[in-house]
Amino acid sequence: MSVNITMKVNGKSVTAAVEASTTLVEFIREHLRLTGTHVGCNTSQCGACTVHVNGRAVKSCNMLVAQAQGADVMTIEGLAAANGDMHPMQAAFKEHHGLQCGFCTPGMVMSACELKGKVTNPSDQEIRACLDGNICRCTGYQNIVTSVKAGLAAMS
Amino acid sequence: MKADGIGARVTRKEDHRFLTGNGQYTDDIILPRQTYAAFVRSPHAHATINGINSAAAAAMPGVVAIFTGKDIEESKIGGLPCGWGITSKDGTPAIEPAHPILCIGKARYVGDHVAVVIAETAEQARAAADVMDVDYGILPAVVSTGTAAASKTAVHDQAPNNVCYTWGHGDEAGVKAAFEKAHHISTLDLINQRLAPNAMEPRAANAVYDRSSESYTLYVANQNPHVERLLMCAFVLGIPEHKMRVVAPDVGGGFGSKIFVYAEETVLVWASKRVNRPIKWTADRTEAFLSDAHGRDHVTKAQLAMDKDGKFLGFRVDTTAAMGAYLSTFSTAVPTILYGTLLAGQYTTPSIYVEVTAVFTNTAPVDAYRGAGRPEATYVVERMVEVAARDMKLDPAEIRRRNFIRTFPYATPVGLTYDVGDYDATLDSAIKMADVAGFAARRAASEARGMKRGLGYSSYIEACGLAPSNVAGALGARAGLFESGEVRVHPTGKVEVFTGSHSHGQGHETTFAQVVADKLGIPIEDVSISHGDTGKVLFGMGTYGSRSLAVGGSAIVKAVDKVIAKGKKIAAHLLEASDTDIEFVNGEFIVKGTDKKVPFASVSLTAYVPHNYPLDKLEPGLNENAFYDPTNFTYPAGTHICEVEVDPQTGKVEICAFTAVDDFGNIINPMIVEGQVHGGVAQGLGQALLEDCIYDPESGQLLTASYMDYAMPRADDFPNFKVGNNVTACTHNPLGVKGCGEAGAIGSPPAFINAVTDAIGVKHIDMPATPERVWRAMQSAAHA
Repeated sequence: MSVNITMKVNGKSVTAAVEASTTLVEFIREHLRLTGTHVGCNTSQCGACTVHVNGRAVKSCNMLVAQAQGADVMTIEGLAAANGDMHPMQAAFKEHHGLQCGFCTPGMVMSACELKGKVTNPSDQEIRACLDGNICRCTGYQNIVTSVKAGLAAMS
Repeated sequence: MKADGIGARVTRKEDHRFLTGNGQYTDDIILPRQTYAAFVRSPHAHATINGINSAAAAAMPGVVAIFTGKDIEESKIGGLPCGWGITSKDGTPAIEPAHPILCIGKARYVGDHVAVVIAETAEQARAAADVMDVDYGILPAVVSTGTAAASKTAVHDQAPNNVCYTWGHGDEAGVKAAFEKAHHISTLDLINQRLAPNAMEPRAANAVYDRSSESYTLYVANQNPHVERLLMCAFVLGIPEHKMRVVAPDVGGGFGSKIFVYAEETVLVWASKRVNRPIKWTADRTEAFLSDAHGRDHVTKAQLAMDKDGKFLGFRVDTTAAMGAYLSTFSTAVPTILYGTLLAGQYTTPSIYVEVTAVFTNTAPVDAYRGAGRPEATYVVERMVEVAARDMKLDPAEIRRRNFIRTFPYATPVGLTYDVGDYDATLDSAIKMADVAGFAARRAASEARGMKRGLGYSSYIEACGLAPSNVAGALGARAGLFESGEVRVHPTGKVEVFTGSHSHGQGHETTFAQVVADKLGIPIEDVSISHGDTGKVLFGMGTYGSRSLAVGGSAIVKAVDKVIAKGKKIAAHLLEASDTDIEFVNGEFIVKGTDKKVPFASVSLTAYVPHNYPLDKLEPGLNENAFYDPTNFTYPAGTHICEVEVDPQTGKVEICAFTAVDDFGNIINPMIVEGQVHGGVAQGLGQALLEDCIYDPESGQLLTASYMDYAMPRADDFPNFKVGNNVTACTHNPLGVKGCGEAGAIGSPPAFINAVTDAIGVKHIDMPATPERVWRAMQSAAHA
């Protein structure tokens, strides 16, 4: 069964007819060809597919695109400025070596950005607890924690 | 120091694309006329395949083609090769059963590749694969490593007792003599459990055949595209190498699991000609758990003989190592060449003997995983040393000092020659950094809160940059172990470097550029690094075993030296001097002792616009390549100290502090090196605290095949790690570097278990130290 979808992705209106079983991440990657959002597990455990839906960090493998009907979606591609200048959180990850292979990174950055407004001056341990839904196999998390701290400070 | 040169903390060139979603991983690639593959995998650990009826699947929407083992058999395609021949102690070669790319007659583990369905979409391929009708005859399964050799069932007919080889190494008689004169013999039985590698990017491949040029292109998540091409072309499919291009684009982590030639990508390449369309496959996470080569899986008995002062006299290790159902690419070398040779550790033990029995089981193949043999060796040695210290009532640091190697080069009794090191210095630094002096007070404070606190050491050594090729060849390697580097200087003095190393998170685009910029005296922005494409890079052995900088970096330095040597000749001509009088300093060619000089970019321009040029003596152009074959391994070493607190009510272990002081030789980019240590330590502690790849011992079903069952380390499992360095430069490569990618995973597990056993007062506990296991150990100790 096909459904008609209308939503905003990275500020642009998008309309498409898709199979009802299409997940949000499939729609983002396969239909919109925004391949910065990654699939690491497809069972909502790893967080590589995290995007923002109406400002909330959501694991897009675990949501049907139909559930995002009318929503305002932002993917990693929508975070940097149009000229490629990085968002403060992205810049912080670069400055503090908060990434290695880069695969979990988009989801990690999207989760980190959502913390703005949810926590104020978080401790390292609080940041670690907040990142519980995102798995990274490369960094040992330490530089991610440093990056998130610096990124949140730069966003305020 | 140059601000962006060797030793500088330079942020990474590759980060912008990864941070903005512009990385290009294999699954991101969609080719024109793309089709998708789904594999039909055996649901049984061991079964005959009595028949396959594809009719229903073939009638499903979108299905393009279906292939089974019968098609592979008819096409006379070779099996996947094993890259290292091992000889048993009785002189017979290891048994190497055929490893067909789709099962022929039998399936030998849950997840074994029975058939492939190719369809217009991934969903259609999966739906059709689900209705494939396979008639299985279920057989009893061999699952447990420790009892495989006693099983009545054989995984392969040619190995009736499931033994692949029994390898002996070292001086058995010498060890026996040492045991006879020993004051005390400490013993330890341990299991180094099976792990799933879990690179965050699942394996993926996309293969396309071009009919007009009769050539193939394979995009694949792989750590060594040239090795992939060589093995696939020469040993499996018989494709001429010049008709095959392998591209490993951005790769989302490897940890060893993407070294190997797997059935999936091989099937795709083969089938792409048959269907004459590109075919893509991306593993889902459960497929990754089932079919990625796993790591570790050793069952070991160790005995250490000592004199009355705790000086080690002899060490005997008997290990059973799982190979899984088939021999993966480097499986045979891991528990032998990369394990037995490391059992001297940092110590002067004069006699060592190791015997390794490799067994087939009805489980996924086991191969190199971050550290590959060295974590297993370090775990045996450093746990053994801890047990010995307690037996001898010696401080664990003291027993280590009594046995440290202090003169170099040092030839161990297990075949390696350590070139350089200072083990006292790393131990001293670690003790200071971990504030061991304050531990007693911290322990008392924990006890006052009803908690148990422990501290554990691990003074590891490892070996990187497996080499030289001829020695490795004599030991059974079926590949070379050099690396290539090409330095292409453009007319304007900008430099493109092509390396056979592959970056899948290590940051080579930055580190290698720092080296070249430093050597050529040009800004790092003027250097770019290309890798991962056999269509661009001359040749390469790829990235594994922490070899990239020590071997690949050395090849690049060698090529840079050739560029400078040629540049001197060009400069000599321009400056009307003898090339022996030219020196190259900070990017300028200078006539020694004069102010006559010419910058690098002028020389490069002259090389490509050779109007004023010694054409009779020198070719135009400035492009050099080099192959570098190391003369020895490099030997990173260090001391890790772990401090834990255990809640006796629940058995839950908290890592309070972790200190790693390492000697990686010279450091090019300290930021990247620290990152490697953090990641390695987290992976090692993941093994020690959380991870366990468990098969049901009867059915052979993988019980931990998702992130809901397999405990991956998460951010809140760790404290911040303290990381320090002591440098003794490697004596035999031009950069004096050793390698840092695996040390964290090698050193940390025994430090952690030594701390846990110290906290709860037991001799041993197997990894992972789950709350249940720790609580049970405490109860047993209390009732003993």
